[in-house]
Amino acid sequence: MTNVLELRGISKRFGAVQALTEVDLDVAPGEVVALVGDNGAGKSTLIKVISGVISPDEGTIRWDGKPVVITRPHDAQTLGIATVFQDLALCDNLDVVGNLFLGRELGSGGVLDEIEMEKRARELLRTLSVKIPSVRIAIASLSGGQRQSVAIARALLGQPKVVLLDEPTAALGVEQTAQVLDLIERLREQHLGVILISHNLADVRAVADRVVVLRLGKNGGDFRVDEVSHEQIVAAITGAQDNVVARRQARTVAHGHPSSGAIEGAKA
Amino acid sequence: MSGAVGGEASNLGGATPPPAVDPRLLVRESGIRGYVDDFRRRLQGGDLGALPVAIGLVVIWATFYGFNHNFLTPQNLSNLALQIASNGTMSVGIVLVLLLGEIDLSVGSVSGLTGAVLAVLNVNQGMSAGVAILAALAAGAVVGAIHGFFFSRVGVPSFVVTLAGLIGWQGLQLYVLGKEGTINIPYEGGVAALTHTFFPPAIGYAVGAAVVFLYLAFDVSASRRRVKAGLPSRPVSEAIVRALLVAVAVFVSIYVLNEAEGLPLALVIFVGFVAVFDWILRRTRYGRMIFAVGGNAEAARRAGIDVRMVRLSVYILAAVMAAAGGVLAGSRLFAVNQSSGGNNELLNAIAAAVIGGTSLFGGRGSTYSALLGMLVIGSISNGMYLLQLDSSVQFMITGSVLLAAVVIDSLSRRGRQSSGRA
Repeated sequence: MTNVLELRGISKRFGAVQALTEVDLDVAPGEVVALVGDNGAGKSTLIKVISGVISPDEGTIRWDGKPVVITRPHDAQTLGIATVFQDLALCDNLDVVGNLFLGRELGSGGVLDEIEMEKRARELLRTLSVKIPSVRIAIASLSGGQRQSVAIARALLGQPKVVLLDEPTAALGVEQTAQVLDLIERLREQHLGVILISHNLADVRAVADRVVVLRLGKNGGDFRVDEVSHEQIVAAITGAQDNVVARRQARTVAHGHPSSGAIEGAKA
Repeated sequence: MSGAVGGEASNLGGATPPPAVDPRLLVRESGIRGYVDDFRRRLQGGDLGALPVAIGLVVIWATFYGFNHNFLTPQNLSNLALQIASNGTMSVGIVLVLLLGEIDLSVGSVSGLTGAVLAVLNVNQGMSAGVAILAALAAGAVVGAIHGFFFSRVGVPSFVVTLAGLIGWQGLQLYVLGKEGTINIPYEGGVAALTHTFFPPAIGYAVGAAVVFLYLAFDVSASRRRVKAGLPSRPVSEAIVRALLVAVAVFVSIYVLNEAEGLPLALVIFVGFVAVFDWILRRTRYGRMIFAVGGNAEAARRAGIDVRMVRLSVYILAAVMAAAGGVLAGSRLFAVNQSSGGNNELLNAIAAAVIGGTSLFGGRGSTYSALLGMLVIGSISNGMYLLQLDSSVQFMITGSVLLAAVVIDSLSRRGRQSSGRA
């Protein structure tokens, strides 16, 4: 299976901060790749590089095997990369239809076809089972979960090949989280590549095929979900066996399995 | 919530004819009851729209009529229409800039400068009126491009760029006018004809009928297409009621103007700009970009909108509208001099947009606010002139009206926030 998107040696510096160092990332069609890492590990920066919001200082991006340059969000959109940002990037003053079609409005000769857009918006939201009162109310009137749904629906409207989701479930309730996870699985069935940023390892293990770990702006590990344990992912995220999480883990495990108290003993 | 969801599912299913109004919401019921409910909700939500201005205008007209019965004579109202045309045209450009959440302080100076260009080319150089007018508009476009370049490319705050423009273009205006400082425009000629042409009554009514017909036709055809597409729509009877209201407003205005000299060309130009730009803002991709940039520039950028292009083009349009206003002003007064565009034009243009309901905070408004707001400001200055009030009083009253308008804007913004619509 060839990768639809390949990143090699991506580096990005902000002033004195090296946000990304030589990061590699691959996504194949029909694959859900979870991008995990602690706060400040560079996940959002990497997403911004892929979506064209910022340009990398170094590194190459390949799309369908061919090298491409993404300097503007428009470039990414044209390639077929859709992004749902953590801050959703919706215009509060526009209605749901206006936001869904923002930047790719339907119509001819620059004149909007509001009726066709409204029709498609309603169809799209229905197929995604998104519950909002009306497609003609301003985004400002919607709840956080409804906004997230609108943002994801918008990403799907351009029929992308790769979808980037930046913490899509962070602000959602139980039911809405399940809906988003269902949605991600539906994207996989449609052979889209999905890059999912999440802090919730349960969500990650539920839907992802592969887990890519970033740590301090570098690749910290790349695992198949069915071959890796929760603890291994945590260890990769935190970067070492010897840290707060691992020690706590060892301590709690030690009560049940005296044999694994070795680490604890070594520390003491 | 779950009960409402069921209702929505059946509605979105679209199987039930006729397409029902969404039960959960903000789409109002049909009929008079629907209008009343809708009105009450908007009042509570701070979504007042043009209502405060309309009430304010009635109060102002009643007050001046009480003091001086000449205020509401056809001749005076015809004068009022001519007086607001040039400044109102500038205000249309200001509305566009305010929608971006920015400001343009230079429109007065730009109108003066382009008026000077017009007069020099038409009178001193002997060019035809058409060429001179086009050159004046082109000069406006160049000026706007300079503002837009420094704002959108260099990143200088729009306030500062256009403040520099306010001073700089006035200087250029003095330079263009030369030593004499005043250029008179001949009474007979293409330039003067712009504001001294009145249509005969029959043509006036024909124009009015065309406007009403187009309004009704667009409204009904939109409703039909919505029904065809299976979307909730308002009944045709409502479209007819709305068209009747528009018809009354249009024909009463034209009747009154016909009682004086007839429908003035200048008013047609001004209202034409208002209507065309309103259409552009609400019905075209470009207009949607302006609202998006004004609402959330970062979101617009991420959606692939060229934010810098939008900003640059809006500043060009604003300056071209200022130039058009300058042309109309020169035409009406038969002269361009050193103080042209340097009096109250700038503040009136901004005040009109804000009084009319365009938000200073960006992303909300309509070019019709330029028309409504300019009517308010024009009525005040016209009325106070009739009452022969001192200009000191005039300034204070105009200032108070502006303050009241901004207070209403801020309060309704707060109302929108508390009802979740900010």
